[in-house]
Amino acid sequence: MSDKTIYAIYDDDYVLLESAKHLVSKGIHIRDVFSPFPIHGIDPVIGLERTRIAITAFIYGMIGLSLALSGMYFFMIYDWPLNIGGKPNFSLLTNIPSFVPVTFEFGVLCAAHGMAITFMLRNWTLPGFKGRNPYPRTTDDRFVMEIHASDSELSADEIKAFIDETCVLEIDEK
Amino acid sequence: MHKEAAIREPLILGSPTYSDISDQVLHSIEHEPTKLWKVLMTIATIAALWGVGCILYLLGVGVGTWGLNNTVGWAWDITNFVWWVGIGHAGTLISAVLLLFRQKWRMAINRPAEAMTIFAVFMAGMFPMIHMGRIWMAYWVLPIPNQFGSLWVNFNSPLLWDVFAISTYLSVSLVFWYIGLIPDFGTIRDRATRPVQKLMYSLLSFGWTGNAKAWQRFEEVSLVLAGLCTPLVFSVHSIVSMDFATSVIPGWHTTIFPPYFVAGAVFSGFAMVQTLMLIVRKAMRLEHLVTIKHIEYMNLVIIVTGSIVGVAYLTELFISAYSGVEYESYAFLNRLSGPYWWSYAIMMTCNVISPHLFWSKKLRTNLAFTFVMSIVVNIGMWFERFVIIVTSVHRDYLPSSWSMFYPTWVDIGVFIGTLGIFSVFYLLFLKYFPVLAFNEVKSILKSSGEQYKNMTDEEFKKLHPVFKKDIK
Repeated sequence: MSDKTIYAIYDDDYVLLESAKHLVSKGIHIRDVFSPFPIHGIDPVIGLERTRIAITAFIYGMIGLSLALSGMYFFMIYDWPLNIGGKPNFSLLTNIPSFVPVTFEFGVLCAAHGMAITFMLRNWTLPGFKGRNPYPRTTDDRFVMEIHASDSELSADEIKAFIDETCVLEIDEK
Repeated sequence: MHKEAAIREPLILGSPTYSDISDQVLHSIEHEPTKLWKVLMTIATIAALWGVGCILYLLGVGVGTWGLNNTVGWAWDITNFVWWVGIGHAGTLISAVLLLFRQKWRMAINRPAEAMTIFAVFMAGMFPMIHMGRIWMAYWVLPIPNQFGSLWVNFNSPLLWDVFAISTYLSVSLVFWYIGLIPDFGTIRDRATRPVQKLMYSLLSFGWTGNAKAWQRFEEVSLVLAGLCTPLVFSVHSIVSMDFATSVIPGWHTTIFPPYFVAGAVFSGFAMVQTLMLIVRKAMRLEHLVTIKHIEYMNLVIIVTGSIVGVAYLTELFISAYSGVEYESYAFLNRLSGPYWWSYAIMMTCNVISPHLFWSKKLRTNLAFTFVMSIVVNIGMWFERFVIIVTSVHRDYLPSSWSMFYPTWVDIGVFIGTLGIFSVFYLLFLKYFPVLAFNEVKSILKSSGEQYKNMTDEEFKKLHPVFKKDIK
């Protein structure tokens, strides 16, 4: 059976990181890592690319900015221009200084909420979902690597032998 | 391993393991509430109910039950509003600005400070709403199509900017806070043994998995949110200050207001964080995670912002005399020596003189003194808003309409009520939410923990061997 899932359970982030480097150098592909807190430096080791979520925030922010500006243009300049204190609203250009605060706030509002929603959807974490971490203790003090035997040329037993060279707490197979 | 300079003091005392940190922080969630918590909750609930009663009475009878009069049309309501918004500034400052500056000490205090921010902004937001008198028409502040021939709200008005600023600030802070909470709720979910608790935290944790990609996104989202929140923090209180600064009332019409209000807000916010954290760290036995060094760092922020506030007061005073505008000069002379001289004196003592006691290292690392000072600063900052608002208007251009402001029992009741409601929220937070961002704290254990901090690489490798062949 080639599609075996091997879980290597560690009790320290540093040991996991160094072990991951060792395993990757032996040609083993690490599918995923579960940890209670971010392990800095693990992303390049297991081949994760940088997330593009910040770019989405910029796009949402720009949408918010343009919505706010066009909204205020419509309300204040086009639909019902008000003459306040002898300072009438003639054009967007002359009025833009007093529109800056709301434009900024609305841009931030859209960027923050848009990014948060994207974050939830991409992680597939939404209200009512069940946690998909393999062991409950990975959110407390256990650090787990998930390795699929089918991802590399090596057999499951060879992979386990390599893992066993490191100070692993437990090797589990599902 | 990431190393820190040896002279930096450790941020985690003792030698806790990762699960020890979870145990200590989650103790209150996983156990029955203590007697102290119950007593405080009872007091807070009584104050909150009294406040709700006063607000309902106010809504029924009208704003006339406040001590306002023709001359003093804004008093305690707006004072309390600005005071609460100001308090609400420390949380996001700690979590956003200090994150951008990579200050590791923020990790132990950002969660309780953000909770304080959110609850304080709730309290603040209530005041403009009840000040409208007819609260059921509060939706008029929103630009929605209406029955008056599409009469829109005025986007040139700072009061409307405030609506957008405060609501953006509240909702973005809430999102920032909640995203940080999700992984911690995941831990509670996985540790929970009682079914109801498991279900509740399972719902709250949104099915957090904690895999590498999720953590990568989590860190990126936190960083970008911090970047967005930083200008937001500064904009919100600047806009609050423009409620005053763009009017033509002597004493309000000053260009110094935006930076001065922001500094004052951070000043009072940090003082409130001190008040709360000094109680929390003691009552929940978190002294080794929120150390004296954390308290000292916050006191240093108080010195800096207190000095900015002091400079602003003196500048304002000087400019009023230097301007040559007699109304302006009179407004400040009246603050200093008029019937409200005592409130000006309280403000000056509490905000300008007292923070400088913190230059002494002995005093700023003394917990009892810090606690007293945090209360003093908050009283001072309340009086600052009172001085700005009431003393600027109580003697207007016509001496025949000069008057004084006397708060009624409703004024006082609403204020005490907001303190009560705030405390109820905060106590619920302390009991049911992870009070510190303990998973983030775990990530600095190896760089800032007392046990690891000044370990050599050999000692570290001996403690955490990577290969079995290395163990002898």
